[in-house]
Amino acid sequence: MTSLDASTRAAARGMSDIKIRNLFIIPTILFLIIFNIFPLIYSLGYSFTDFRASSNAPANFVGLQNYRELLSDPFIWNNFAITAKYVIVSVTGQVIVGFGTAMLLNRDIPFKGLLTTLLLLPMMLSMAVVGLFWKLLYDPSFGIINYALGLGTFEWLSNPDMALYAVALTDIWMWSPFVMLLSLAGLSAVPKHLYEAAAIDRAGPFYTFFRITLPLVAPILMIAIIFRTMEAFKTFDLAYILTSQPTTEVISIRLYKMAFQEWQTGRSCALAYIVLIMVLAITNIYVKYLNKVKER
Amino acid sequence: MRRTIAGLLAGMSMLIAQGTYAQAAELTIFWAEWDPANYLQELVNEYEKESGVKVTVETTPWSDFQTKAFTEFNAKGSAYDMVVGDSQWIGAASEAGHYVDLTDFFNKHKLTEVMAPATVKYYSEYPSASGKYWSVPAEGDAVGWSYRKDWFEDPKEMEAFKAKYGYDLAPPKTWKELRDAAEFFHRPDQKRYGVAIYTDNSYDALVMGVENAIFSYGGELGDYVSYKVDGIINSEQNVKALEAYRELYGFTPPGWAKSFFVEDNQAITENLAAMSMNYFAFFPALVNEASNPNAKNTGFFANPAGPGGAQFAALGGQGISVVSYSENQEEAMKFLEWFVKDSTQKRWAELGGYTASAKVLESPEFQNATPYNKAFYETMFKVKDFWATPEYAELLIQMNQRVYPYVTAGQGTAKEALDALAADWNATFQKYGRNK
Repeated sequence: MTSLDASTRAAARGMSDIKIRNLFIIPTILFLIIFNIFPLIYSLGYSFTDFRASSNAPANFVGLQNYRELLSDPFIWNNFAITAKYVIVSVTGQVIVGFGTAMLLNRDIPFKGLLTTLLLLPMMLSMAVVGLFWKLLYDPSFGIINYALGLGTFEWLSNPDMALYAVALTDIWMWSPFVMLLSLAGLSAVPKHLYEAAAIDRAGPFYTFFRITLPLVAPILMIAIIFRTMEAFKTFDLAYILTSQPTTEVISIRLYKMAFQEWQTGRSCALAYIVLIMVLAITNIYVKYLNKVKER
Repeated sequence: MRRTIAGLLAGMSMLIAQGTYAQAAELTIFWAEWDPANYLQELVNEYEKESGVKVTVETTPWSDFQTKAFTEFNAKGSAYDMVVGDSQWIGAASEAGHYVDLTDFFNKHKLTEVMAPATVKYYSEYPSASGKYWSVPAEGDAVGWSYRKDWFEDPKEMEAFKAKYGYDLAPPKTWKELRDAAEFFHRPDQKRYGVAIYTDNSYDALVMGVENAIFSYGGELGDYVSYKVDGIINSEQNVKALEAYRELYGFTPPGWAKSFFVEDNQAITENLAAMSMNYFAFFPALVNEASNPNAKNTGFFANPAGPGGAQFAALGGQGISVVSYSENQEEAMKFLEWFVKDSTQKRWAELGGYTASAKVLESPEFQNATPYNKAFYETMFKVKDFWATPEYAELLIQMNQRVYPYVTAGQGTAKEALDALAADWNATFQKYGRNK
């Protein structure tokens, strides 16, 4: 029998720490630097210039001009207002529908597993497919929604007052299952003995929901809300595919047009940073609230 | 041994020589994905037979075309030797040095005389009236109209129309007749509608549609030399033209607020509308029974005249330019020499491409080749285009932002929309130092 020292035995078992670092960690760090950090810094630099990617002209430093102009542009503020409205409608809808569905599924019902799986299907579809699919559903001439609701030729997507809600409704359909899934995990973790104690104390369903269910599920629900808010704030595909109404031009669409149709590269980088700061600020507020909820 | 090395060297030289030849004898033309690009591929296959130079027409969907082309230009990439770029690109691409200056080529081949004047002005020349040319008119195109002949020629309809409007029902020759026919055939209870127009505000669809009205109402978008816009884009005739376009929108099928070339052809193929606006390049699908069950009953007419008798149309189509970063510029120029020949232009038209050659357009052979070629010929001598300045995309977006809410939702008035647009454009031109 041959005796082996510790490092040799470790090497024999698998890879050494150095090897792991060299094979996995260093490439990951390099990847992050090349594809995340470098473009981030580079685009930050461009945001202070008048650079246009369509021209061969060099980038001229313009200081805070892009930021100043963007923040005083009423069209941009209108885009932010549209985005905010969309986020509020969409996320609220998803929380109500998702949490409600989770409450229903948290009971002993037949085919619960199958039902849960089927309800998860919308969020597994591609955004483009969902957009095109709902465009047909909303069609005023042959769409099934108007037919089912007896609305005649009601215009969902062409109507400037309705279009944003139509997009939000599609988003609610698609992402409520995500909220449902997280809520379901939270609900199933609520200790049963709390409900039993509440029942002994003759607590009503209203009291049980607000004093037991909601507080215990709140942290995980907050995580769902954070995710969905961030996603809704960045929404592009659905609004772009479903309708091109000015009333549905969320900030991502404006950013896309500025960067790739108008080729105002410097200005669009500045706008991207403004959006980033806003998303970070909103997320920060949520995280603070989440921590408070956890502490309770 | 020495003989072996010499043999190997000779072989390698042959291989290198062949490789060089193969590289020089291949050209790539970049264009959008549509039927004319397929016709061009057929045409260039004939060039390959003649010259031995393989030419590939590489395409991408229209939605990606601009982004993909400019991304390649910005990277100074040599993937494309030539590009059949949109007319609006000329300013951006020439000022940035992406296109090769073709002025000498133009003068050598007297293309200002060979090609229809409007196509030279809008596909090739930049800045306006400068005598500098950046592309060869390739696919002439403009906006025209198709209509349901069977609806228009139905004796009962004709009688009812005459009783209501006091004149004979016929393909409209004026915007008033267009409006009357649209109103007459607009019957939502029968799921039949008056007219299909461009409304999509994503790129230039709505703008092209509105331009049709503006130009025929005797208006202009601005002075393309001095960049003056105030008093021009918001002129009285433009206000009336925009009001007329808004009125037409009232006779479109429901949900018509995001419609472009696909939907406008569908309006005819699916019995939705009596008349439909579209680029001539999409009309082949309307005379093809496989794609249009109403092919035999589909007629065509040029954009009607406005109240003052002016008759113009919005220009579509593209010119072909040599990319500055191409490694095969010499070969590309040889291809262009072949492309501008009368015989090639004739063949281009035979294959289905819309030649810009004045001689071919004027020939009875061309005009009688399809039911819409006559209308195309009439249109190509009276077309006008959008701004071709490098900041055209900003101008397009501003026009969409101002005009779309008025046309599709009746928000504000035409005057308010155009006054605001004049202010936007003026500010943009000032920002880029065009109208100091």
